[in-house]
Parts: sequence; C-alpha cells; structure tokens
Amino acid sequence: MTQDENDLLDVAPGQPHSNILSETAAYVIGLALALILTGVSFWVASTSVLWGPGVAVGLVVLAIAQMGVHLVFFLHITSGPDNTNNVLALAFGVLIVFLVMVGTIWIMAHMTANMAPPPELTNLQMQH
Amino acid sequence: MTTEAATIGLTHGGSEDTGLGHRGPESKSIVVPYGFWLFILSDMVLFSALFATYAALVNATDGGPTTNQLFDRTLVAIETMALLFSSFTCGLAMIAAKRANMAWTQIWLLVTGLLGAVFLFIELYEFAHMIAEGAPPQRSAFLSSFFTLVGCHGAHVTAGLLWIGTMMAQIWAKGFKEHIVRRLLCLSIFWHALDIIWVAIFTIVYLIGTLP
Repeated sequence: MTQDENDLLDVAPGQPHSNILSETAAYVIGLALALILTGVSFWVASTSVLWGPGVAVGLVVLAIAQMGVHLVFFLHITSGPDNTNNVLALAFGVLIVFLVMVGTIWIMAHMTANMAPPPELTNLQMQH
Repeated sequence: MTTEAATIGLTHGGSEDTGLGHRGPESKSIVVPYGFWLFILSDMVLFSALFATYAALVNATDGGPTTNQLFDRTLVAIETMALLFSSFTCGLAMIAAKRANMAWTQIWLLVTGLLGAVFLFIELYEFAHMIAEGAPPQRSAFLSSFFTLVGCHGAHVTAGLLWIGTMMAQIWAKGFKEHIVRRLLCLSIFWHALDIIWVAIFTIVYLIGTLP
C-alpha cells in the first residue's frame, strides 16, 4: 500500500492529525473559541442591554455554535472524504435529536395551550 | 467514473471499493472507534428525550421552588470551565499517547480526571444543597425531570472518571499497545461528548432557567 493510498483511508472520530504543532493548535483554537462562546453566553444571559424575548433564542444559537466548535476541533469531524461515514452518522443522530426535541416541545406546548383553562390542571402535580 | 463518484463522496476517498472490496474491511482501529461513535450518537438521542421531558415539565413546579430560585450561575460557570478544560487536556493526552509519551499521557489524563472530579464534586454539592433546601426530586415534576437530566449527565461523568483511572492503569501496565490506544481513543470520544451535552445543559437548564 502506497503512502498516498494510506492517506485516503477513513479516519475515526476523535483521531488527531499527524503533526504535533497543528494538532495542538487545533485544540488551542477549539478551547479559545469555546471559551469565547461560553463567555458570550453568560454575558447575554445576564445583561439587560439586549431585547429580552430574543435572549433565549440567542443562547440556543450560541450553544449550537459551541457544539459545532467541539465537534470540529475536539472530535475532528471534517468535511473531507475520509470523514464521510462519521458525518453521515452524525447527520442521522442530529435528525433524530431534532425530531424528538422539537416534536415533543411543539406537541406539549399545543396541548397546554388547547387543553386547560385552570392552570392547576396543566401543572402536572406529583401525588404525595 | 471513479473520480466523478469520489467528488460526491460515494466511495472511500476515490478508490473503487466500497469498504469491503479488494482491500478488505477497514482495520480495527477505524471500525472500533466508529462503532463507539454510533454509541455516542445514540447516547445523544437518549439525552434528547430527557431534554424534551425537561422542557415539557419545567413549569410544572406544583407550587414548589422554581428555576430562578434554585440555580446559582457562579457554580455553573465553575463547572463549565472545569469540564471545558478537562476536554482540552484530554485532547493533549491523546497527542501525547499517539507519540507513546508515557509521562505526559499520564499527566494529562490525571489533570483531565481531576478537573472531572471538580465538576462532579460541585454538582453533588449543588444536589445536596437543593435537597436540603426542600427541592428533592420528589417535590415536583420539574424537579424530577431536572434531577433525571442533570443526574444522568453526572452518572456519565462518574463512569468517565472510572474509565480514565482504568486507562491510566492499563497504559502503565501494558504500554501503548494498539488495542490500548484504541480504548484510549474511545475514552476521548466519550469525554468530548460529555462536554457537548453539558453545553446544552448549562444553556437550556441553567442560563435560560435563570433569565430575569
């Protein structure tokens, strides 16, 4: 097997690159981006400068961005041909996660809105 | 033909086989972490169900304490930093392990484990504090779903700590053999995934839960 062919083989998720400098750089860049995004999240949540109702959506967007940073810089998920299998599995996972979360929140919100005038009934009480 | 298919990503990096062709199946060092990656993704699906449950029940407080009364952002910030830096040091441990550097691999794994222990300690302190304040899991549907979601993540971190200790011992005893390094790679995937789930938890549970 030639070196060229070797380079084209699949890589596993989380597998580091071959050069120690570029490997370390990837983790440092990832850490810096994650720190910035975390810092912005905590700032957005505590400031009163921003429009209140938009803050929650902004926080979710920041969280998704940070998850992307972790995937790219820590788990080394790339768009390269050697990563096709990893990316496809990830895409399927994201699809299911999206369906479960959005589907549940959507349906439960509609149920709450349509079902019950007295709030005590929607307040799913524990029997104790 | 081959190059055309390669550009849309249907073959293995431009070669003609589909993974089981003339070259045979991929090596274990690819297949095992890939299988573990599938497990991690199914774990994410499990957490998505817990997140959905939490989102549906977050206002079902039964007259008990609410998110704004319970959560302390300072503690969450420390937990977040501990876990983020442990994810970073876990990556450094992988770099050292790839070069079969025993000392640095052990050091970075130890730092990773200690930061994970800091995270876990703060989380347990928070849980104990909440229970003492009259907010145990059985108080309301909100608290049941909170303890299930965050506790499940904490259980994963606990398992990760045990795994880190096991790997440190195995590397020490057996050296950087191929199957040991493979296990270490799976551990690093697991540990990075825990941090990804924590990003969702600190955003959805703690930050959105404590908005004014």
